[in-house]
Amino acid sequence: MNDLIVSDPVIAARDLTKRYGSATVVDAINFTIHKGEVFGLLGPNGAGKTTTILMMLGLTDISGGTVRVLGHDPAREPLNVKRRVGYLPDSVGFYDTMTAAENLAYTAKLMGLTAAERTRRIAAALARVRLLDVAHKRVATFSRGMRQRLGLAEILVKQAEIAILDEPTSGLDPQATVEFLQMINDLKAEGVTVLLSSHLLDQVQRICSRVALFQSGRIVLMGGVVELSRAVLGAGFVVEVEADGSGLDRRLAAIPGVTQVETIAADRFRLTASHDVRPDAARAVVAANGALRRLSVDEPSLDAIYQKFFQTRPSEPQGVRDAA
Amino acid sequence: MRREGSPFQGLWTVTVKEMSDHLSSARMLVLELLVVLTALAALYGAIDTMRQNTAEDPFLLLRLFTVGRDPLPSFAAILGFLIPLMAIGLGFDAINGEHNRRTLSRILAQPIYRDALLTGKFLAGLATLTISLTALWLLVIGFGLIFLGVPPGGEEVARSFAFLVMAIFYAGVWLALAMLLSIVFRSAATAALTALGVWLFLAVLWPMLAPAIAQVIAPPDPRYAALGLETPDTAMWALALQRISPNHLFGEAMLAVLSPTTRALGAVFIDQLRGAVLGAPLPLGESLIIAWPQTVALIAGTIVLFVAGYVVFQRQEVRA
Repeated sequence: MNDLIVSDPVIAARDLTKRYGSATVVDAINFTIHKGEVFGLLGPNGAGKTTTILMMLGLTDISGGTVRVLGHDPAREPLNVKRRVGYLPDSVGFYDTMTAAENLAYTAKLMGLTAAERTRRIAAALARVRLLDVAHKRVATFSRGMRQRLGLAEILVKQAEIAILDEPTSGLDPQATVEFLQMINDLKAEGVTVLLSSHLLDQVQRICSRVALFQSGRIVLMGGVVELSRAVLGAGFVVEVEADGSGLDRRLAAIPGVTQVETIAADRFRLTASHDVRPDAARAVVAANGALRRLSVDEPSLDAIYQKFFQTRPSEPQGVRDAA
Repeated sequence: MRREGSPFQGLWTVTVKEMSDHLSSARMLVLELLVVLTALAALYGAIDTMRQNTAEDPFLLLRLFTVGRDPLPSFAAILGFLIPLMAIGLGFDAINGEHNRRTLSRILAQPIYRDALLTGKFLAGLATLTISLTALWLLVIGFGLIFLGVPPGGEEVARSFAFLVMAIFYAGVWLALAMLLSIVFRSAATAALTALGVWLFLAVLWPMLAPAIAQVIAPPDPRYAALGLETPDTAMWALALQRISPNHLFGEAMLAVLSPTTRALGAVFIDQLRGAVLGAPLPLGESLIIAWPQTVALIAGTIVLFVAGYVVFQRQEVRA
């Protein structure tokens, strides 16, 4: 995480705004995304996530503020942006009468790749998303999961430095989802910056280093899951301790970061803490001359943060601005 | 604000892909079959009629285009009716099809501008129509050679070629209209029905409505009516209104180039006939001058409709 923060930002938005007539759909948002980061855009439908993505790609006009993508202004230099940024739209479409390879060849030509380079990159990309054996089959016969993988192959053909994925796993079966998330992780491992828009909070939590929560066109929360849990839940970690020892409950309550100790049984305690306190809990058991039988932790979930946030401020957009 | 790069980057790629789609599509095959079979039937009728006066006519090849035999109209008249159908068939889902396939945002996320996509689609449609019409034109000349046994003269070929060029411009108007509707309407069926509605209105209803409207604008003078003549003002208004229709413009341009004896389109005044040898053909250049305003109007119509589509498309959201 620290490495990410010191690296140059690849996307930087300042007071980015989009208006349609009198309706403001993106309202002066600010965020910075660093190289190699997997950044999640969360929020209900119509919150402004896709519009933000379209502004970053130069596919819709910017009404106010600025955004820089890899140092370029998408409004003035959209081709420079689109050469280096791959985009997988929600429910990606392909030309059904063309084969997978032909679909990729068409967009590769639009990218300006030479014939030899096209052939090489398409074969490599299709192999990587495990579609090489159906490369010459018409896309009409493809399942949704295969289409999504083909969309990812297009990003690989482009050798994009930033991959923008809009709801990439919605509608996929669990196995296809796991495979797709693994492919996103592979992109991350190669240093590709990934911007992921999704409703599926558990998936976002699994792969994103930071998230921004959109509400009514504004970013109301932004940061890592732990930071957001502190900001919204107060303490997001739940540690269960099964041990005996004299005065153990008092020792557990004295651990820094523990906000609550609940005694479930004589030898079972549930701690609520701002961070993972298992090492401290183990030390507390030893100090109490006790025997530790079980120690487990439930990390804070984005789902809990999301639910709590919208329960407490359903129509209040002025939330915690950039908890990071 | 000036954008970087060329607006036409990727134009050739889009054009080639779209042309390939058109030429291999079942839709295009059906339309071409319809046009070719209807045109062949008209040609057969024309050749049968013309066999009786082969020796007397200096413009025999042109008669292939203009002579009809009941119940079939002439080849040129059939083209005037069917070219819009072909053009609409190629353009009605040009942009909304991309929306509905959800390919638009993916394609526009590549390093191209919308200009290239729209222009490429238009050029591909026009090139496809040009190929089809040129093939049909060559077919007519070939049939003429085989069945009439008379080689065409240079002027005949030049006049028929001018007709081909005008037919392409005429197709351009309908293609641009169909593409405009494909941008305006998200549903391809709505765009197709609207385009067909406009076509039927201009081809069938407008020729009947225009004289009626002209009579409202410039009521007929009873003195002319008593002599069994049309009131000049009413006639001029009727003609001006009819010229709103590309079908009428194409019909007039076609008449000027395929009938060399045509001296004027619309009302003919006495001074225009002074010194004229009635029935004598005009030189090709003069026929082209007569057809020039109609040709320019067809080109202008194409440009206006294309620009309207361009403006709407540039402002449209690509979310899909």
